[in-house]
Amino acid sequence: MKGMTVIVKKTTQLIAGIVFLYGIYIILHGHLTPGGGFAGGVILAGSFILLILAFGSDFMHLLKEEKGSTIYENLAILAFLLLALTGLLAGGKIFFANWLPHGTPGELVSAGFLPLYNIFVGIEVAASILTIFLALVIFKEEILK
Amino acid sequence: MELAISVIVGFMILGALYAIHARDILSAVIAGGIVGYSLVICFLLLKAPDLAIVQIVVETITLIIMVAVVLDSSRVEAYGKFDSRAWVTAGTAVLILLIFFWFLRLASAHLAPFGENTMRMADAYVNGAVDRTGSVNLVTGVIFDFRGYDTLGEATVLVTAVLGVLTILRLRGKKV
Repeated sequence: MKGMTVIVKKTTQLIAGIVFLYGIYIILHGHLTPGGGFAGGVILAGSFILLILAFGSDFMHLLKEEKGSTIYENLAILAFLLLALTGLLAGGKIFFANWLPHGTPGELVSAGFLPLYNIFVGIEVAASILTIFLALVIFKEEILK
Repeated sequence: MELAISVIVGFMILGALYAIHARDILSAVIAGGIVGYSLVICFLLLKAPDLAIVQIVVETITLIIMVAVVLDSSRVEAYGKFDSRAWVTAGTAVLILLIFFWFLRLASAHLAPFGENTMRMADAYVNGAVDRTGSVNLVTGVIFDFRGYDTLGEATVLVTAVLGVLTILRLRGKKV
């Protein structure tokens, strides 16, 4: 697909990195401030979509990106499931048991498993929405060919 | 606050009605955006910033994708003929709507007043979540600890949706 004008490209260069960092902040601080894996993941996907829409991408590159995002998505949900499964093996023998030490509430490293769950759900949501977007773009390219 | 929410919900209903009746599909998509962004303000007024963040980003991305789809295809809606089958469909819809509202009216007599939280479970969550999960953000404590199964289901739904999209939009390997 083709890119957009110089104005859009320059604005995207300035903004996309900040959007990406904001998404990471929302995910990592999910157990302290409003937000979490779902919100941060969508923001991460938004920064990628912004880059692809503004700069454009050739067909083979899009196919490679779709393959990568699909792999990331499935690995992230597998890691989420395995983390939940560790609760069954250790600690209280309960699925989803939060057996890591909780620490002091309010610090960045606290609340046991919750930040890890947030990170993996964030990766999963970002990769899912990016995959749907890439599938639509690739479909359009294939139709036009 | 209830007045403000009522005004915003009125805007949402107007936007939805316009989206149904607009001749141009692009303006219908934009009018559908009114509903989503008004919902963001409703969430903020009802003190749900977690939902507001998700809603505003998802609304923006879906609006971009919908506008791109409309610009790439047709902006004119294809109108079908209003024959006897359409009358049957419309009649069934109105009948189901009436039955739904009748049961809603029966059930609303037993509901708690608006905004008043009287559930025992919710009280236990609000008072004990910080001690039990160690998470200051109550919502994260509930959705990843107390309600972990629900979150796993949500994530699985997203993966299944992506699988469906990839299956439908696959031209390679398909004999056209």
